[in-house]
Amino acid sequence: MADNQASAENSDGKIMSGAEIVIQALIDQGVDNIFGYPGGAVLPIFDEIFQQDQFRNILVRHEQAAGFAAEGYARSTGRVGVLLVTSGPGATNVVTPLQDALMDSIPLVCISGQVPTTLIGTDAFQEADTVGITRPCTKHNWLVKDVNDLARIIHEAFYVAKTGRPGPVLIDIPKDVQFAKGAYVTRKAMPRTTYQPETEGDSGAIRRATSLLATARKPIIYSGGGVINSGASAVQLLRELVNIGNFPITSTLVGLGAYPASGKNWLGMLGMHGTYEANMAMHDCDVMLAVGARFDDRITGRLDAFAPNAKIIHIDIDPSSINKTVFADVPLVGDVGHVLEQMVRHFRATKVSSQGLDLQMWWQQIEEWRKRCSLAYSRSQDVIMPQYAIQRLYELTQSYKPYITTEVGQHQMWTAQYFGFDEPNHFMTSGGLGSMGYGFPSAIGVQLAHPDDLVICVAGDASIQMNIQELATAIQHDLPVKTFIINNQYMGMVRQWQQLLHGNRLSHTYTEAMPDFVKLAEAYGAVGIRCSKPQDLDSKILQMIDCDKPVLFDCRVANLENCFPMIPSGRAHNDMLLPDEASAEAVANAIKDSGRGLV
Amino acid sequence: MSEQMQDFGSAYFIEPDNDPTETHVLAVIVANEPGVLARVIGLFSGRGYNIESLTVSETEHQQHLSRITVVTRATPSVIDQIRHQLNRIVPVRRVVDMTVRAKELALGGLIAREVALVKVAGQAGDRIEALRLADAFEAKVVDATSQHFIFELTAKSEKVEQFISIMEPLGLIEVCRTGVTAMNRGSQVM
Repeated sequence: MADNQASAENSDGKIMSGAEIVIQALIDQGVDNIFGYPGGAVLPIFDEIFQQDQFRNILVRHEQAAGFAAEGYARSTGRVGVLLVTSGPGATNVVTPLQDALMDSIPLVCISGQVPTTLIGTDAFQEADTVGITRPCTKHNWLVKDVNDLARIIHEAFYVAKTGRPGPVLIDIPKDVQFAKGAYVTRKAMPRTTYQPETEGDSGAIRRATSLLATARKPIIYSGGGVINSGASAVQLLRELVNIGNFPITSTLVGLGAYPASGKNWLGMLGMHGTYEANMAMHDCDVMLAVGARFDDRITGRLDAFAPNAKIIHIDIDPSSINKTVFADVPLVGDVGHVLEQMVRHFRATKVSSQGLDLQMWWQQIEEWRKRCSLAYSRSQDVIMPQYAIQRLYELTQSYKPYITTEVGQHQMWTAQYFGFDEPNHFMTSGGLGSMGYGFPSAIGVQLAHPDDLVICVAGDASIQMNIQELATAIQHDLPVKTFIINNQYMGMVRQWQQLLHGNRLSHTYTEAMPDFVKLAEAYGAVGIRCSKPQDLDSKILQMIDCDKPVLFDCRVANLENCFPMIPSGRAHNDMLLPDEASAEAVANAIKDSGRGLV
Repeated sequence: MSEQMQDFGSAYFIEPDNDPTETHVLAVIVANEPGVLARVIGLFSGRGYNIESLTVSETEHQQHLSRITVVTRATPSVIDQIRHQLNRIVPVRRVVDMTVRAKELALGGLIAREVALVKVAGQAGDRIEALRLADAFEAKVVDATSQHFIFELTAKSEKVEQFISIMEPLGLIEVCRTGVTAMNRGSQVM
């Protein structure tokens, strides 16, 4: 690090090529790993990467995987993820991860090559309007036309990516700019940018919020990914606030781990596949504190019946998240960490000591809801239930404090429900965009950042095949990612919706030519494990943990199991479909005709 | 089964928004850099907001700042959302809802004007009538031959509309309008 600073100071004002500037700026920003795929329009930069040893490029097998890997890296470390791709198809392939990062507020810097400036607009080979295509799926993007702007733009890009509500940015660099000579500007010498989001939070509103919470009879905290993005101190403050007020707390998918699942105030995840107690408490609460969450439609269900008696306090760093779908009685624009710090201070100063007693009735009610055991499932001696598989995976790996990623679908929800997350930054999943193919490359990024930790991607049989080629990346870079495939031979979540909404006509959700995942793993030089008997599950999971290579674990589960509890669309939080009620008939009729017209 | 076919099903809950809509004028100060207008327009199309009129020009050359005036129509909560979404765009420096600001200032409302160029090529009697009406509207004749007039009119949008519809039967053949540009009354800025 000291070396980097020294080299950065010496380099201020130095004349270098554009490609050298890129390398120097990345070093100056403290980047240690990037994810990339070479091609014609980025060759000068890859040539410079070859000639230095201060950071590593992880060669992926598809640009989309570079983006997801960078997301996993960023999410598990709290740092900015960096990816480098070529022009045209290279850039268009990163559109999905850019949008994914935008929706889940993950800081990414994507550098893309572009055809030479003189060829832009001529439909040149591998030309695409990259800044045009990525404009709506980045927080900001730049086309660098003058090499003398390059260093400043790269530093600004890092700043924009991680400041305020984090997000992805893209820098498009034409090939002639990579060759051209220009002056380097260090990070420190950079002029102050005009992008300065509000972070403090209005103190009057903070006081109002605190007194609302202090006098609530049925309070609830609903926390989201923003708490984790804000950092370790925000997570600590959230836990402190929960303890001070003895508040029940639930969380979004992306926010899991901010409050420990083993904590006594934890209600489980809320929303469409949330627990009965979390959703009932959301519906009946009188004061709701939404922290770094954005009232996504998977969370709220039917808006006109959402928390009908609640006064809502909403803390978010992005003013556009407030009052977007749900009206906030106390809007609080600011960084979650800053705002929570002041709230905790107010609570301590006003000594809200009788709080515990006041909430006794509320907690009794919550206990009643908990007794409903909404995550119960039927056990089987013959076939592995998917919930059981996740539960055993959790119990057998818990002591390793593993990092978990998921793909998208039923297995993702089961992981959120049955895997207990006690720490932030340990659960990486595609929440907002719901991108199948996210989990495996993301796990590769996580493993790179945490080489000695256990990293598991919980996958579905369909979504693992969206980026299966990354097995080669894992092998090449010696990243022993464990992929635990919940294999039910279906695109299970889509099938579940077809059962609910489309008369059980399973249009194109059965995978009729499933590969042999064990042989597939072996073909790449990884290890394949297959398990189809409940009594073998534990020993095979332990075998997977002990393996020092990447593993594809083909866990054959009950094919037709569905994901419950569930709030079918058109329904409110207090109108859930619970597993013990979910007979075939109930599933088929879950969405009533009146609701059907509305959904 | 046929019953189920009749209603469409979806994984989304769609709630119709029946709140009354309002027209608002927004002033957006942006860094005049390449693509900034595309960012603003892309936001409106991408999020399904309406643009009724849009004008843009660099107003502070030294700082390279442009002022965009957007006229949009939406429910009050969506107008608020538009303002916040515009503020998320990195090169956007400031967004002011001029309509709301005018109400706060209570100085007699927003000054909103547009310029129209109106080409009229009518016959003998219509030509005299067109000139007479143009005079009443304080429109200037900026070009004329024995065949046509071009009138230049600076006015509120409603007055421009009125002028155009009056000219319609008098040989109107071409219209060009700048869109609304607006400023609040009083000595303070925006």
